[in-house]
Amino acid sequence: MSDQMQSQQPQSASEIRVRASEWLVKRYDSEGWSDSDQTQLNSWLAEASAHKIAYLRVEAASKRADRLGALRRPAPAPGRLIPALKIVAVAAAIVVIFGASFFATQRGVPEKTYVTGIGGHETLTLRDGSRIELNTDTSLRVADSGAKRVVSLEKGEAYFQIVHDATHPFVVLAGNHRVTDLGTRFLVRRNNDTLRVSLLEGRAQFDTEDSHGKQQATLNPGDVVIATTTSLSITQAPTQTLDDQLGWRRGVLVFRHATLAEAAAEFNRYNPQKIVVADSHIARLNINGALRANDPKAFVRSMKVFFDLRVEERPDTIILSR
Amino acid sequence: MTQTTDASLEGKTLRLPGAAMTEPELDAWFVREVLPLEASLMQYLNRNWQDSSQVEDFRQDVYIKAYEAARNERPKSVRSFVFAIARNLLIDKVRRSQIVPIETAVDLDALNIAADEPGAERSVIARDELRLVKSALERLPKRCREAVTLRKIDGLSTREIAVRMGVSPRTVDAHLVEGYAHLADILYGQPDVADKKA
Repeated sequence: MSDQMQSQQPQSASEIRVRASEWLVKRYDSEGWSDSDQTQLNSWLAEASAHKIAYLRVEAASKRADRLGALRRPAPAPGRLIPALKIVAVAAAIVVIFGASFFATQRGVPEKTYVTGIGGHETLTLRDGSRIELNTDTSLRVADSGAKRVVSLEKGEAYFQIVHDATHPFVVLAGNHRVTDLGTRFLVRRNNDTLRVSLLEGRAQFDTEDSHGKQQATLNPGDVVIATTTSLSITQAPTQTLDDQLGWRRGVLVFRHATLAEAAAEFNRYNPQKIVVADSHIARLNINGALRANDPKAFVRSMKVFFDLRVEERPDTIILSR
Repeated sequence: MTQTTDASLEGKTLRLPGAAMTEPELDAWFVREVLPLEASLMQYLNRNWQDSSQVEDFRQDVYIKAYEAARNERPKSVRSFVFAIARNLLIDKVRRSQIVPIETAVDLDALNIAADEPGAERSVIARDELRLVKSALERLPKRCREAVTLRKIDGLSTREIAVRMGVSPRTVDAHLVEGYAHLADILYGQPDVADKKA
């Protein structure tokens, strides 16, 4: 983009995308599209390629959505909206089931279990539109009866984008801890006895019950809870840290002043071939940067080059030493 | 692409170096050839850039460069053309920002492989378009989903939708605006995992 164009168009791609969508709705969905509207649209489109591209993109998406007309119900009567939406929702929910096993709890709420293997990454969409992304080596059970939304994280890590519903709170159980959402995005990681909950948006309530009794805390955006069987801490983390924790969603591990031992442990969550740090001195080496989670060899190569380490590769392990 | 007129036109354009496209041809080319690459492109940009808030602007810059360059000369291989633009853009930004240069450099080297491997978008064409769009609709925020459903499935007007949803027509418009913008992101940028498995 030329400097001149940038000074004329200080808008971000995201703003232009919304503007393009506004034009589209005005043109096709609203009433009273006039010649003068058309002239204005034409001049907006001619103003910058960014405008043109954004418009073509949203228009193409809307045209693709026109195919939904094939699902049109004969004479939709008032009051049928909700059941009809549910039919679409259930159909989509069935589509997202992967490796799910069905069983019912004592209370009769049907549950499904979702499992990812080492290096796995799956997304599931609940019937209310809430989304859960499962990271590597994760197992969770979902009871989504509509009236009740309960997820139990058995192990691993999951990222939740929850559609708020005041009458049906969304609950995540992990061991003797419980997170109750109040309309949020949050990340939960369960590793042996340690649970980490990071709240990115909205509000949530954290409850825990241990030998000392019950404890409760309200979480605000940026709060990170670390709970073990014997301790509970809540700290405020900068946005950067939360972004880093979510690096796996795009396939990367982000380290900021991590030790080599910590970085190796992270890689080992994602890969069957385990990195072994065989020397306590090098275990404390400082690691910074973003690396592909599924490529421990690239990480090891960098270590070799930058820290002059010895690398011994075996079928199941990669051993690092001085 | 199965249309004969289109195919013969393509053949002619390809044989002429520097052949230009008219505006409607260019627009149709962009929608047909470039937009389906978006999921791969976003994945590539996300993997190679830490600050995810900048990726949408990156994508826009890549599209602008592709669109404007194709105006004068239609590229032979759209995929390598688009990814070469993305790669140059990333190199440029890395040089200026100095953010994680080591790892980014590693990934940039791997790009040539990424640009050659057949992407997920190839199979998109063969997939059930209706199911794909339905699943995208399902992923919209609740109110947007309702508005888009009433518009696209039931074919209701804004005023009718407003009555159904118990809101003003202006609010319906706002839901549709948000809904379409999201739909574009989902349909082009992030087709559902479940669809990939199908």
